[in-house]
Amino acid sequence: MNQSRAILRMTGIHKRFPGVTALDDVDFRLFPGEVHALMGENGAGKSTLIKVLTGVEGVDAGTIELAGSPVSFGGPDQAQRAGVSTVYQEVNLCPNLSVAENIFIGREPRRFGRIQWSRMRKRAEELLARLDLHVDVSAELGTQSIAVQQMVAIARALDVQARVLVLDEPTSSLDAKEVEQLMDVLRALRADGMAILFVSHFIDQVFAIADRMTVLRNGKLVGEYPTAEMTPVELVRKMIGKELAALDELEVSERSRPDADRPVLVAADGLGRSGAIEPFALTVRRGEVVGLAGLLGSGRTELARLLFGADHADAGTVDVDGQRVHLRSPRVAMKHRIAFCSENRKTEGLIAELTIRENIALAVQADRGWLRPIPRRRQLELAARYIEALDIRPADPEAVVGTLSGGNQQKVLLARWMATEPRLLILDEPTRGIDIGAKAEIQRLVASLSEDGMAVLFVSAELEEVLRLSHHVAVLRDRRVVAQLANEGLTPEEIMSTIADGTGS
Amino acid sequence: MTRHRLFWPAAALVALLLGNVAVSPRFFAVEIRDGHLYGNLIDILRNGAPLILVAVGMTLVVATRGIDLSVGAVVAVSGGMACVQLGSTSVVLAVAIALGLCLVLGAWNGWLVAGLKIQPIVATLILMVAGRGLAQLITGGQIVTVSSGPFLAIAGGYLLTLPLSFLIAMAVFALTSLVVRRTALGLLLESVGGNPEASRLSGLRSGRLIWLCYVFSALCAGIAGLIISSNVTGADGNNAGLWMELDAILAVVIGGTQLTGGRFSLGGTVIGALLIQTLTTTVYALGIPSQETLLFKAVVVTAVCLVQSPAFRAKLVRRRRRPGPPAPVAAPEKVEVAS
Repeated sequence: MNQSRAILRMTGIHKRFPGVTALDDVDFRLFPGEVHALMGENGAGKSTLIKVLTGVEGVDAGTIELAGSPVSFGGPDQAQRAGVSTVYQEVNLCPNLSVAENIFIGREPRRFGRIQWSRMRKRAEELLARLDLHVDVSAELGTQSIAVQQMVAIARALDVQARVLVLDEPTSSLDAKEVEQLMDVLRALRADGMAILFVSHFIDQVFAIADRMTVLRNGKLVGEYPTAEMTPVELVRKMIGKELAALDELEVSERSRPDADRPVLVAADGLGRSGAIEPFALTVRRGEVVGLAGLLGSGRTELARLLFGADHADAGTVDVDGQRVHLRSPRVAMKHRIAFCSENRKTEGLIAELTIRENIALAVQADRGWLRPIPRRRQLELAARYIEALDIRPADPEAVVGTLSGGNQQKVLLARWMATEPRLLILDEPTRGIDIGAKAEIQRLVASLSEDGMAVLFVSAELEEVLRLSHHVAVLRDRRVVAQLANEGLTPEEIMSTIADGTGS
Repeated sequence: MTRHRLFWPAAALVALLLGNVAVSPRFFAVEIRDGHLYGNLIDILRNGAPLILVAVGMTLVVATRGIDLSVGAVVAVSGGMACVQLGSTSVVLAVAIALGLCLVLGAWNGWLVAGLKIQPIVATLILMVAGRGLAQLITGGQIVTVSSGPFLAIAGGYLLTLPLSFLIAMAVFALTSLVVRRTALGLLLESVGGNPEASRLSGLRSGRLIWLCYVFSALCAGIAGLIISSNVTGADGNNAGLWMELDAILAVVIGGTQLTGGRFSLGGTVIGALLIQTLTTTVYALGIPSQETLLFKAVVVTAVCLVQSPAFRAKLVRRRRRPGPPAPVAAPEKVEVAS
């Protein structure tokens, strides 16, 4: 492989944004027929490097060569025409168009200027079949699960005659089976000679698929390593640049368990919504972390949304502190001091164009109403407190949230809800798509919040994470709560077999 | 300094004014006649008042991702109602009835948008058409003239040497800015416009906020309608405020508020409205023939929009850099540093 010529070579890349140096003298090369992982913490410069490569951003210095000749793309479409296709972390498609239209948008098969719809559908089906995905290609994309949307994005990238495929966090919203499916596709593409740049926070996935890896830290190149000569521990150390003490601390599973006679905070009985989640019973006690485990699409998010009043329940009851409540809107749930961090921080969480300060103050302000503004000085105090407590970067309350990295955005969203001082905090995939350092911080935060008496409903696709934090685990399958297990030495295997059996043991 | 969001609109306004001076050196001349100020600049302020009012209301609507096409018709309804009522009641009552009707119309718009979730452009299109009909119904299809002194003072009066109409517009602007920025209304509006679903999940009652914006927009249009009918000493259901919604939207956009909602700038809107009014005055001052007026305006507005577009400015700089030998390349860079 090393004898072949690099298809892509980036040399001495510099990129500065106002106030920060995003990339500082970074080199990167990619060979045909390899999967190359780009690793680093949030804010290390991975996304910037990809944006520079695909022409979303210009470079301040440095050269990019594609197949030996220097290039400078004016935008992703130019890059795509030159053979560099990108699938972004957040699905960047049009939910109101059909699956097939999304795959071919901008380059529909035409004849005499007329779009050939049937040919388009047929080719879309073929492309998706290559990914082992069989869905109705004329269905609106928005009606499909996020996993399917992700696959459609990849299919779109594959349709162009790509020589370089860039995957930015492609697996962050996929479940285990879908990840495996994607890995198979990547292996097949690699065998065809495709050069694949792969960005992921899942270290085991990187070791399973990557041939080589390039590590960035704080915008600087740490090095390029063959996977065979790397160990996960070594990699993490290179990424965070310090010893692993921080990670070891995570093994806090021997936490004090709240007594069973602690007061019940929230009790749902027969709560359900047709088409979303079948009626279920769930109790959350003060100071307790209840985990929701289940595959993607098993109803985890739907359950969480009912408890926050984000959707209307059409059956069942909810009691808070023994009082019957009617959660008809998020506003009502907030009055009972329930908070909800959505899994889609971009579409359902943050206001991208507002600042960190404004985003953090938003929920508290909404609760107070517009006639009782939070004084600016208190907003700044609030922002400063959470910027420090959660280590939000940049530590500037007036930084616009849309410019922050994913992990920092997640922290801002968390801060917004912590500022409301909730009694029940519902966290839907709070660690998805964020780096290992930020993940550890958020996990530690959840643990300490529950120790202080806050009840937490913790939703995550990562079983290890659920088990590490939860006192109780509710297992979901096919939009049904199939088991509720006390976490006394539960293992991921036990959860998985519960999911597989579909029965509580 | 060019980073400030009011820089480009303000620069465009100043450039237009300076252009006028270059052509007619007496353009800036302001004198005192009959105890009040008089001149082209004062004309701009006086005649620009209705547009400022309508555009300020429009800004809040646009901030919520909405648009209000009905303002021109509301202007006509308000003027018509006031003039008809003046025939039988006092000025204060006539004005109150007219503005009250505007509040009802605004509530209707807001209900369609926030309550029934009809797209704003469609919802307000209804009143844009129906409002003209309503105005004609009120005036009986006639041009109703008025001679009430106090009513005519709304547009023709002066206070502390300044035109009353401009002072009214400034008062509404100042009050709105104060309410929006001193309460949390501004933040909540920007939040609703920036991301409606995230706002709902943060506990905002976005429906009520949006409804309020349409009510306010109609009220502003109503006040503008009073000024306009006072100015022409009568109400014309057909032509009062005709196409004013388009000028107002343009003023909002020139002022730096994006039609996609979110961040808004009331100060920018006022500058935008003054720019449009200056353009109208320029047309008269330069004696541009009426058949060329619209084209002339279009050219200027296009230029203003281009200058405001970061993409266009970047292109200009790049083009200047490319052909030059190494030495002049430094020049545009210096400009950037200075900025």
